[in-house]
Amino acid sequence: MWDFPEIRTNIGEYVNNFVKFLDRTFEGFFEFIFFVASRTINGIDDFLVFLPWWLFIIIIILLGAYFKSALAGILYGIFVFLIGTFGLWEDMMTTIAIIVSAVLICLIIGIPIGVWMAFSERFSTIIRPLLDAMQTMPSFVYLIPAIFFFGLGNVSAIFATLIYALPPVIRLTELAIRGVDKEVVESAQSFGSSRWQTLRKVQLPQALPTIMAGVNQTTMMALAMVVIASMVGAKGLGEQVLISINRIDIALGFEAGISIVFLAIIIDRITNGVADKFQKHRRVGK
Amino acid sequence: MSHIRLEHVSKIFGPKPKSVIPMIEQGMSKEDILADTGHTVGVYDASLEIERGEVFVIMGLSGSGKSTLIRCFNLLNKPTTGSIYIDDDDIMLYKNPQLKEVRQKKIAMVFQHFGLFNHRTILGNVEYGLEIRQVPKEERQEIAMKNIEIVGLKGYEDKYPDELSGGMQQRVGLARALANDPDILLMDEPFSALDPLIRREMQLELLDIQNRLQKTIIFITHDVNEAFKIGDRVAVMKDGRVVQVGTPEEIIEAPANDYISEFIKDIDRSKVFQAEHVMTKPNALVSVKDGLKVAIKEMEENGISSVFVVDRGRHLQGIVTIDDAIEGTKQKKQLMDVLRTDVTTVDREEYVSELIPKALESSFPLVVTNEDNRVEGIILRVHVMAGLVADDVDESEEYQGTVPLT
Repeated sequence: MWDFPEIRTNIGEYVNNFVKFLDRTFEGFFEFIFFVASRTINGIDDFLVFLPWWLFIIIIILLGAYFKSALAGILYGIFVFLIGTFGLWEDMMTTIAIIVSAVLICLIIGIPIGVWMAFSERFSTIIRPLLDAMQTMPSFVYLIPAIFFFGLGNVSAIFATLIYALPPVIRLTELAIRGVDKEVVESAQSFGSSRWQTLRKVQLPQALPTIMAGVNQTTMMALAMVVIASMVGAKGLGEQVLISINRIDIALGFEAGISIVFLAIIIDRITNGVADKFQKHRRVGK
Repeated sequence: MSHIRLEHVSKIFGPKPKSVIPMIEQGMSKEDILADTGHTVGVYDASLEIERGEVFVIMGLSGSGKSTLIRCFNLLNKPTTGSIYIDDDDIMLYKNPQLKEVRQKKIAMVFQHFGLFNHRTILGNVEYGLEIRQVPKEERQEIAMKNIEIVGLKGYEDKYPDELSGGMQQRVGLARALANDPDILLMDEPFSALDPLIRREMQLELLDIQNRLQKTIIFITHDVNEAFKIGDRVAVMKDGRVVQVGTPEEIIEAPANDYISEFIKDIDRSKVFQAEHVMTKPNALVSVKDGLKVAIKEMEENGISSVFVVDRGRHLQGIVTIDDAIEGTKQKKQLMDVLRTDVTTVDREEYVSELIPKALESSFPLVVTNEDNRVEGIILRVHVMAGLVADDVDESEEYQGTVPLT
């Protein structure tokens, strides 16, 4: 009487079948993605590891100095040096490689979708609830199809990260393109610009500061996924955190954890600084 | 052949614009249509003819449809019905490539809030239209620099729009439009975002540039004084319809309805009426060879205290007062001996506002002369005043003299 009746909907089963169907039908496609993604990560990772450690620190200092301030640059240099002293240098490089690849793929997929949503009200109404779902779904859930399609390893990590980190860049691109002053777009059209010219020469550059804010958010979300993604076999700092949980190794846990915090600070400040540089002459209106 | 011709152009915004046209024909008001169908009537049944080289002003309050209408000229708003002819070619029938070409070469637009690309430098803004036309880089930069110079912004080409004041930004807007060397310039309330001093300066500068370049300019404003100051002809719009078209003088003298009368109530007439509108025909004139006696007779007959003296070709020589003339005859002097030359001459295009100080300073009537110093008309102080206040300036009354003889 008080218990819920014996009614069952097997929606989970349907999703399961759907994912299996996808895997079978688009096997070639997933293999292609796997190939591209793993090559990207490995390429970036190899390159970063190949860099002499001092050169990497100098690059970080210079980036910090250019986009923020000299003091900030030196501070970031010290952070990176500290991570090295924890014995986590190569793990840091792997983490950076995963983040950079994930963000790159996010931008390549996300910006065109955002632009399309800005132009088509219908497309926008279809995609928006999807984005909401992507952001509110617990991120662990993405790990399951990721393993299913790509097996354990860095590619699965990127796939899961992608789904989690994609929404902000799409949303902010749409918002940014829609937010470009109507008169500015009209003036581009009044000179006989084609749609593509208007987009490339006016709308995208005008929207860039807001898009950069989206890139910053996407990067931070990708970083947040680093630990979670280690459960599907992603290497790097996240893996060290996971190991320390399993062994209840407080020392390693702290070192890996603080390293992620350092990375987060550096990446956030530098991408923010890039956004500010773009902002300089693009104040909307007067 | 008029340069631009609009025939029954209507623009309705909403999901099914054409369905609304019959409702308007039945006389439904804009508000009712919006409430019943959700369609907004932007412009209804506008027919205009605009001549080459003319400054044509479209005036109306906000919401009257003037900004919608000006966007029809380059199809930023595609009219729901009607035809738009430019050089006798209906641009409504144009396909995309043709339309692009018209926008690139024939029509350029200046916007109320400037519409500048603030991610580009001034030079980058001005050369934009040429860049779209794929003019080679060096050539387009040269043209852009020339136009930056025309609007007086030389030296600012590497600055960004947000580093410039409002007035300077609109100069950039103007230079950008001019750089394409269009036949037609659309200006959508270009000066209303500027403060009054700068606005006046820009108006004069626009007229100056127009004198040199002779474009066909379509200019939108809600400011009557601005409309009458720069417009060769003015169209007044209300609720999406064109209510009256005419020269500023025609509209002031014969407003088509109460709405327009109300509109022009506050107009500064002294800046609309020119010398030629207030002057009278000079029927009392004395020729040099006529001599003093004739001059005195002329003055007595007309009951005036002074008379202008001209030569055979009606070129102005000077003025003789009754006192000087009588004194002169007593001393057996010639007309030329008592002739006074300190008369103030004015051009027929001078505005009444400029005539006021001249009329006050001069002890004689003002003479309107052409470039050859030929007398065309005479303006008394009372005429200047009449130009300021009267509803209609009585031009039939002829020159009767400065002050009645006592």
